[in-house]
Amino acid sequence: MSSFAFFGAVELGLVYAFVAIGVYLSFRVLDFPDLTVDGSFPLGAGCAAVAIVAGWNPWLATALAMAAGALAGFATAFVSVRFRILHLLASILTMIALFSINLRIMGRPNVALLNQETVLSPFYGRGLADHLVRPLFLLVLVALAVALVAAFLKSDLGLAMRATGANPRMARAQGVRTGLHVMAGVALSNALVALAGALFAQTNGFADVTSGLGTIVVGLAAVIVGETLLPRRSIALAIAACVAGSVLYRLAVQLALNLDVLGLQASDLNLATALLVLLTLILPRFRKGASAA
Amino acid sequence: MISVESLAVVFNKGTPLERRALRGVSLAVASGEFCCVIGSNGAGKSTLLGAIAGDVLPDSGRIVLAGRDVSRLPAEARAGLVARVFQDPLAGSCGALTIAENLALAAARGQRRGLAPALGRARAETIRTRVAELGIGLEDRLGVPMGSLSGGQRQALSLVMATLAPSSIVLLDEHTAALDPANAEFVLDLTRQLAERFSLTVLMVTHSMRQALDLGTRTLMLHEGEIVLDMTGAERASLTVEDLVERFRTARGQELAEDRLLVG
Repeated sequence: MSSFAFFGAVELGLVYAFVAIGVYLSFRVLDFPDLTVDGSFPLGAGCAAVAIVAGWNPWLATALAMAAGALAGFATAFVSVRFRILHLLASILTMIALFSINLRIMGRPNVALLNQETVLSPFYGRGLADHLVRPLFLLVLVALAVALVAAFLKSDLGLAMRATGANPRMARAQGVRTGLHVMAGVALSNALVALAGALFAQTNGFADVTSGLGTIVVGLAAVIVGETLLPRRSIALAIAACVAGSVLYRLAVQLALNLDVLGLQASDLNLATALLVLLTLILPRFRKGASAA
Repeated sequence: MISVESLAVVFNKGTPLERRALRGVSLAVASGEFCCVIGSNGAGKSTLLGAIAGDVLPDSGRIVLAGRDVSRLPAEARAGLVARVFQDPLAGSCGALTIAENLALAAARGQRRGLAPALGRARAETIRTRVAELGIGLEDRLGVPMGSLSGGQRQALSLVMATLAPSSIVLLDEHTAALDPANAEFVLDLTRQLAERFSLTVLMVTHSMRQALDLGTRTLMLHEGEIVLDMTGAERASLTVEDLVERFRTARGQELAEDRLLVG
């Protein structure tokens, strides 16, 4: 693997680390399997790209993308909580709706960001090669996100959110308004996924309406790889493990694509990822079965 | 002070399965009173507790806690007034959270929750002290997930959790029924201690006649959704388990043979 390919994989892994943290919040903390992310990733990319092309400050455009993602997540959770619709189904509905909404926002399937001012522009051309600036910049942002999310989950409010996912009846007996916590948590999760989309658009120079396909599976793969490699000790470590999982997953994919013997093409990625997630979901059962025997 | 006025709860109303779980129950419990509630299966004990906690909304009647009519409030909105320990040790705490986190969650029961660390220094210290008082060595394992503890340990901690924040009533729903005799005794002792120390107002459902007479200051018997016996003071003190069984039999008008009621 060339160093260019290596840092490219790290960069992509760090972009998807936000997706992994978001998926960790919905799947693991809230026990709310949420497929909205397949729509909120391109939503974030599209919103940021359109706003930047329209002359917005790129940070403001990124914040707008996060707000849009939060709104999408809120819509899913609201429908699920308020009308008691199965979480998976509610999230699929939002995901499908977002495909149309994204096309409306972008006006066309693809928006290019060539020669536009992005959040990265101030850091280019300062002595460090571009392909190193990007992962470094992302690493700082990811570290910030990990610290903030971990601090939140250790606060009174965050603890109430974790209890909502772990034992809703107990949470209500402690005065936690579980419905509100589900809505807030899924909104936060999708805001992070939309942030990933916004950063993806700005590091790659385009937003594409189809870029969300399989986001949920990639996020899950990152969470599971992280959990397998770093069994959780504390909540901060569990979130950091999602980040590590995301980067390692991308490196593994890059490695597999580089091995010509495997004969893999980039388009085989979704199949390979689905099989990987399936495998990691099945393996613990075999381990349990073995120890029980 | 809590008062329940003409409380009626009907399940599956208007269907062939309609069941009147509570038929106009009225009850006033003074502050610091410890009531034991007995009755056969389906007598309405759990429904009464559920209605006070807010899990079950009444069809008619009122529930007033600390001067506030809470009849129509959901459970989470009256949690500041009601503390609970469930029968199932797994129900009252989060197995995935640590001991300290579970207690922190309970310490903020019914209060507005913000972004301050849940385990700030002062609260962590209180939690440590309260857990150490149990004398079962858990104060050194506060970072361990609740799920790794035994049922008895979890129920003991659930009792501590119920008394970390103030309440106007503590509801104990057969909280020792799922434990082995030694652990049940330990948790009962703890119940007695904590009730005395914090002058708790308690409503405890039990299947044990002995507990219903030995513990607390008042004994209530429910039968088919109505209170059929209510005793305190000297009258209660002179009551034996045999008397209670007799009263119970009269109320039911049938043999106790297949009931899971325990004598002793």
